[in-house]
Amino acid sequence: MRELGPNEIIFILAAVRWTLLLSLVAFLGGALGGALVALARTSEFKWLRLAANGYIKLFQGTPLLMQLFLAFFVPGLFGWSVDPWTAAALGLSLHASAFLGEIWRGAIEVVPRGQWEAATSLGLRYTPKMALIIVPQAIRIAIPPTIGFLVQLIKGTSLASIIGFVELTRAAQVINNATFRPFTIFALVALVYFLICWPLSAYSKRMERKLLVAAR
Amino acid sequence: MSYEFDFASVFEAWPELLHGLINSLVLSAAAMAIGMIVAVAGALGKTSGPKWLVWIIDGYIELIRNTPFLIQIFMIYFGLPSLGLKFSSNTAALIALVVNVGAYGIEIIRAGIESIQKGQVEAGKSLGMRPLQIFRYIILKPAIQAIYPSLTSQFILLMLNSSVCSVIAATELTAIAGDIQSRTFRSFEVYFIVTCMYLGLSIFFWTAFAAIERTFLRKPTR
Repeated sequence: MRELGPNEIIFILAAVRWTLLLSLVAFLGGALGGALVALARTSEFKWLRLAANGYIKLFQGTPLLMQLFLAFFVPGLFGWSVDPWTAAALGLSLHASAFLGEIWRGAIEVVPRGQWEAATSLGLRYTPKMALIIVPQAIRIAIPPTIGFLVQLIKGTSLASIIGFVELTRAAQVINNATFRPFTIFALVALVYFLICWPLSAYSKRMERKLLVAAR
Repeated sequence: MSYEFDFASVFEAWPELLHGLINSLVLSAAAMAIGMIVAVAGALGKTSGPKWLVWIIDGYIELIRNTPFLIQIFMIYFGLPSLGLKFSSNTAALIALVVNVGAYGIEIIRAGIESIQKGQVEAGKSLGMRPLQIFRYIILKPAIQAIYPSLTSQFILLMLNSSVCSVIAATELTAIAGDIQSRTFRSFEVYFIVTCMYLGLSIFFWTAFAAIERTFLRKPTR
């Protein structure tokens, strides 16, 4: 059995970079997908709205763990073998697309009807109307819940450990299997997650309160 | 696509899958029920307790909300035994879910408590309502109306989250899926079917909760 020394601690802490990188990739992928889902969800075509709604429900109605398993196994059906990193990045991006899509749909719909009508009556087509009038107003409303979801996503990356991607949680398990000091190791890892997530949560809460004051 | 699907060997295991499904439901329902006791106690402590208690409750909420559920399970199942607290995997799963949902539940229940307005209780009294009537129509029903949507979606999140309990081999649906997978090597088929089962549960609860809300909790139209 190995001792839990500085090298082991450093091994765990160094794995934070994979947690952060996976979160970043999933968030960027999710932002891209989420924008499309939100636009589809608020589109004037019924079939687009229905398709986007189905996509959202599919991801909100199944466990993230299952989504990651399927992201790992589905490409295999087509003969592409993916490594855990690709599967995790893909699964979390698709997951984030659904949730961000739903959050941003809400933000788009909160923009008062009159703004849409005013933009249309000024003769703006869809793209300039969305880009110049609707989205800039929606973004302000969307920031607090988006950051709130980012916290969920960062916590969600810990599940990538189950499909074998070595990020913070997996690194902790590896060291725990060698040193068997579960209490110390998982407390340390919990603290690291807390230090990443708590400032974001606090920021999101503060922004939300500010918006509430502004709306009064 | 050269892959040959083999759903039959997974369907053969349907009694196990059904068993896992029921276990997941029982685990989620039990965790929700106990979690609500934690949430009500926490919300009461937060709204009317001494300052030190409020700090402790806030600390608990922030700690749980800002760490992954997976780490919370590991802490309870692997970490606590070194302090002399040892649980079976199903008990550890239940405790982890209760601790987790309790933290989210406190803020929901607190919002319900704060939605009760003192002026309305007084209005009820002056209309000659009996105390039981006041409790039922002025305190309980509006409070339930206020928290019902968040509470029911919290339950569905809890149910989906319970799949993570498979990592400590609690005997719920995802762990059963893992067993079947390691026996049949039909990874895609197993996880596809189990994902559909979870989706079925979510759709069932979305529909049922919405129907209950329409039937019993309709707000008076102005």
